[in-house]
Amino acid sequence: MALLQISEPGQAPDPHQRRIAVGIDLGTTHSLVAAVRHGVPECLPDEHGRVILPSAVRYTEGGGRQIGHDALEAQAEDAENTVVSAKRFMGRTLADVAGHERLPYRFVDQPGMVGVATRDGVKTAVEVSAEILATLRFRAEDTFDDEVYGAVITVPAYFDDAQRQATKDAAQLAGLNVLRLINEPTAAAIAYGLDQGVEGLYAVYDLGGGTFDISLLRLTRGVFEVVATGGDSALGGDDYDQRFASALLQRAGLKALEALSPRERRNVQTAARRAKEALSEAESATVTFEVDGRAHALPATRAEFEAATSELTATTLRLLKRVLRDAKVSVDQVRGVVMVGGSTRMPVVRAAMATLFGRPPLTNLNPDEVVALGAAIQANALAGNAASGDLLLLDVTPLSLGLETMGGLVERVIERNSTIPTAKAQDFTTFKDGQTAMAVHVVQGERELVSECRSLARFELRGIPPMVAGAARIRVTFQVDADGLLSVSAKELTSGVEAAIVVKPSYGLSDEQVAGMLKEGFATAEADMAARSLREAQVEAERMVLATESALAADGDLLDAGERAAIDALVARVRAAARDAGHEQGPRAIEAAVEALAEGTEGFAAARMNRGIRDALAGKNVNEI
Amino acid sequence: MDDGLNRGAPLPEGAQAPLSIHASDFELFGLPERFEIDLGGLDAKWKQLQGAAHPDRFATETAAAQRVAMQWAVRINEAYRRLKNPLTRAAYLCLLHGVDLQAESNTAMPPAFLMQQMEWRDALSEAGTLDAVEGLADEVAAARAATLKSLQAQIDGAAAVDWRAVAGTVRGLMFVDKFMSDIDRRVDALS
Repeated sequence: MALLQISEPGQAPDPHQRRIAVGIDLGTTHSLVAAVRHGVPECLPDEHGRVILPSAVRYTEGGGRQIGHDALEAQAEDAENTVVSAKRFMGRTLADVAGHERLPYRFVDQPGMVGVATRDGVKTAVEVSAEILATLRFRAEDTFDDEVYGAVITVPAYFDDAQRQATKDAAQLAGLNVLRLINEPTAAAIAYGLDQGVEGLYAVYDLGGGTFDISLLRLTRGVFEVVATGGDSALGGDDYDQRFASALLQRAGLKALEALSPRERRNVQTAARRAKEALSEAESATVTFEVDGRAHALPATRAEFEAATSELTATTLRLLKRVLRDAKVSVDQVRGVVMVGGSTRMPVVRAAMATLFGRPPLTNLNPDEVVALGAAIQANALAGNAASGDLLLLDVTPLSLGLETMGGLVERVIERNSTIPTAKAQDFTTFKDGQTAMAVHVVQGERELVSECRSLARFELRGIPPMVAGAARIRVTFQVDADGLLSVSAKELTSGVEAAIVVKPSYGLSDEQVAGMLKEGFATAEADMAARSLREAQVEAERMVLATESALAADGDLLDAGERAAIDALVARVRAAARDAGHEQGPRAIEAAVEALAEGTEGFAAARMNRGIRDALAGKNVNEI
Repeated sequence: MDDGLNRGAPLPEGAQAPLSIHASDFELFGLPERFEIDLGGLDAKWKQLQGAAHPDRFATETAAAQRVAMQWAVRINEAYRRLKNPLTRAAYLCLLHGVDLQAESNTAMPPAFLMQQMEWRDALSEAGTLDAVEGLADEVAAARAATLKSLQAQIDGAAAVDWRAVAGTVRGLMFVDKFMSDIDRRVDALS
């Protein structure tokens, strides 16, 4: 196993050793994995040559699973145990899932995240997604006959904190090292920007199976700056199918879609989807389905489909115009619009874009593959395989973040469309004499009332010394990292009392829960937990040793002899711990040595950053240094 | 010549004083402390700095390097955001010169200014069509441009800047910007 080799002192790590880094598009209806091979991004096929993996997991008798095409084939006869479109349930409670009563599942409304009762127990979207991610990970490892170093996973730009955290948890559960979560439209822009060499202001219109995203990006020489983003995380091609199916049933004088049995409903919706796809190519098609034991064959025209779904298309246009207004950009300043997602194959959507922007949209990359391709390019860059300085992504936070204040009102701390990473502090005070605790309620959304925003977390700052009302100074700091994930801390400034939270508990899983799932015999987890944790520790040790050595090679001149000797000793300690780890405390010893190395190189890291910033200010290109 | 002032001596190559994360926004972007700035240049500098500091550049590095990158990237974004917007840029210049707008308790505005605000608010509540709202938006935008011009004269054009007077103008700009966002919301609702 190449990853486990720890180079010995004096033997320089090979800087040209390629790391296997993949981009994964974890989609509502289907998922893909891509990687850069021979300098070109490409989607990786399965053993049958198919690149698309349907996002479907079927839990079978005897604790087995079918994933992808096999699951989809069995869906009609075993709908209850076949979870499709799990992305719609990511980080959501039952009440959040619009139209859940029309779905064929036995939902379990549990705190944090809704579950689906299957014959193999209650499954959350995190577990279902982990099966899909692990399948794609194995596909990549088979392709390269090597371990995957890390992955970039795409999420809709409009995903909130809970949905992003859930996605990261799923990746962790699938044994993937997440290099970064990036937004789907941004990934598409990378694929187009680098492939076509476009520059200027571009809109990305991303209509997938279950989500709609709109992003506005400024592309300049390898820098992808997201200017504004918007959308609807519960609007997609599935809604077109439902509207069309309802219209067809009504015209045929049959029962409403909601009144059908789960099996009939699925049958009609599948027929509507097939007809929708056919109508993208032809002006008319025949829809065949079975209701009340009778087969029906209805003729349908494209015009009829477009009329039944016109409201949905109009909604996407309204959201698009809103993003332009947000960015204070007029339609004629936009140089082009990139189409992403299978649903943009609908002629009505393409025509709407052409009318609005006065030019045909960009459709020359496969709309199903473009997101995974862009993610692969970014993964390759993050893993250090590409020349540095080739690609820089400056993304934004999609929704405003704030705190509940008196009267159930929201005080916004971080505005939407702020470039990440970002941090902001806001001071609050007590409103009662002698108040010794303050409740901090973190919310996400654009509305003024707390009740209309999404609640992310609650925590309490306790031990504030009793003072008169208004005397305490409580500073609440929000930080959003490069993955778009939030952490919040609060500190009373006069006494120094502190409290902090990584926004995880109310949605998302705790580390203990993830560990618990792994222990329960999760299908794709290593059978031997101890072996897994040892291997993870050794891989991490190798990463840190390599990273430190390349930093020393680049900027070792910043250190005096004593500082250099101290770091060398810490590196030697990590090496020794990784080598002699064949005992029970092995992983712990490695972790301790890695921790010591991280602490001992803090000053060096700061000095290197200073040099980098100074060079950047002096206008030096990173490539020239 | 000894006039009692310490003069700087050039440092040898590679021994420049380190740039602190606590440097002012202007120092961080290598810009003179003025109100008028070249926005194109600010943008280019921002991308250059993020090119050196962004956490993506350190994805394979040690935890220490990633922490430092995060701190700098946050700081650079903060400075960029503040410098880009004329309102926050002017307020920041006031703060650098000892006048803190947030701490000011005296928010009284001249009567003529308040009259104007009331007229605008009435006009907005009476405007029923998109055209009417956009006409008002144009008028307010013109008033905003005039305020920016006077800020530039007060800050960049004066031999000795009266920072308290500048703070007054900035406060006026706050009202105008607030009203502008109310107009935007109205446009949102009407379209």
